[in-house]
Amino acid sequence: MEALLAITAIAVIASLVADRRKTLAGVRRGLRMFIGLLPTLVAVLAAVSLLMAAVRPATLERLLGGGGPLPFVAALFVGSIALIPGFIAFPLAGLLKDHGASTAVLAAFITTLLMVGVVTLPIEMRFFGRRIAIWRNLLAFAGAVVVAVVMTLILR
Amino acid sequence: MAPLTTRALKALKSALPWALAGLVIAMWVYDRFAAPFAFGRESGAGLWSFSLEMAAFLPAMFVLVGLFDVWVPRSVVERHVGRDSGPLAILWMVLLGTLQAGPLYGAFPVAVALWRKGTAPRNVFIYLGAFSALKIPMLTFEVAFLGWQFSLVRTAVTLPVFVLLAYLLERLLPADVSIPEAQLNEANQQR
Repeated sequence: MEALLAITAIAVIASLVADRRKTLAGVRRGLRMFIGLLPTLVAVLAAVSLLMAAVRPATLERLLGGGGPLPFVAALFVGSIALIPGFIAFPLAGLLKDHGASTAVLAAFITTLLMVGVVTLPIEMRFFGRRIAIWRNLLAFAGAVVVAVVMTLILR
Repeated sequence: MAPLTTRALKALKSALPWALAGLVIAMWVYDRFAAPFAFGRESGAGLWSFSLEMAAFLPAMFVLVGLFDVWVPRSVVERHVGRDSGPLAILWMVLLGTLQAGPLYGAFPVAVALWRKGTAPRNVFIYLGAFSALKIPMLTFEVAFLGWQFSLVRTAVTLPVFVLLAYLLERLLPADVSIPEAQLNEANQQR
């Protein structure tokens, strides 16, 4: 994150030195896009914080622990819906592992979490339109299932 | 003038984000100053951390995208990662995606800027795939909690899968597919 800020600062300064007006136009265009997106962003983030407060880690543990196909399917759906930053998701996955979640369940949870974003669909649709956003997520879900199954076969 | 119901719906839709955020903040305030209320405390803390995460890097990302837009010529982008680009484009997109950090919605503005400059749809999807699944800062976390074996196998299996999916998705879309310009148009009107 610091790297991004540093790169941006350097880019803005270099750009200013090269061409002031062009820089201002570019920065203004970028910030205008950001402001245009802000309402959608606020709605999604508020909804996600409500959702995350409603679901307790203990509930997840109960849902994703144990054997059989049910935790695997549950992991696919929880991972698809949840929007959890990496610095929380991986410790949580580690916790699930310690509580006996299988490799298949962990793989399903992590891959769908990373590749599929159901709650961020409104944001994605604003950028790409309904059709591309939905198709991309459907295919990513199918891909995540494939990845989870292959991983399970390899890591058995 | 649009019918009353349409206008009412529109007003409702534009009020929803602030109403939702207001609800979370109100519950947090209730917990803080009135009576203990765990749900309010936790959703408030969640919104706060998400907002911090967003404020820390999204504006910078958008500024970079804006600069990219005014400086990088379309011909350069088209030559390297456009419709007729070769397999080397995959490498460029994966490198670009893996070196960044942050949640996936931070990658969308970059992806859209690439698209508008003439990047082939498949390459935009490869970028999104690499960004979502293979970010290097995130991999270090994964190794720490799930082990290098898990991380290595996941990376090795995921990479070909999302490249294949990107080609498949490009095939599924019509050749002249376009993305909405709403983002910029709406902002232009506010000027």
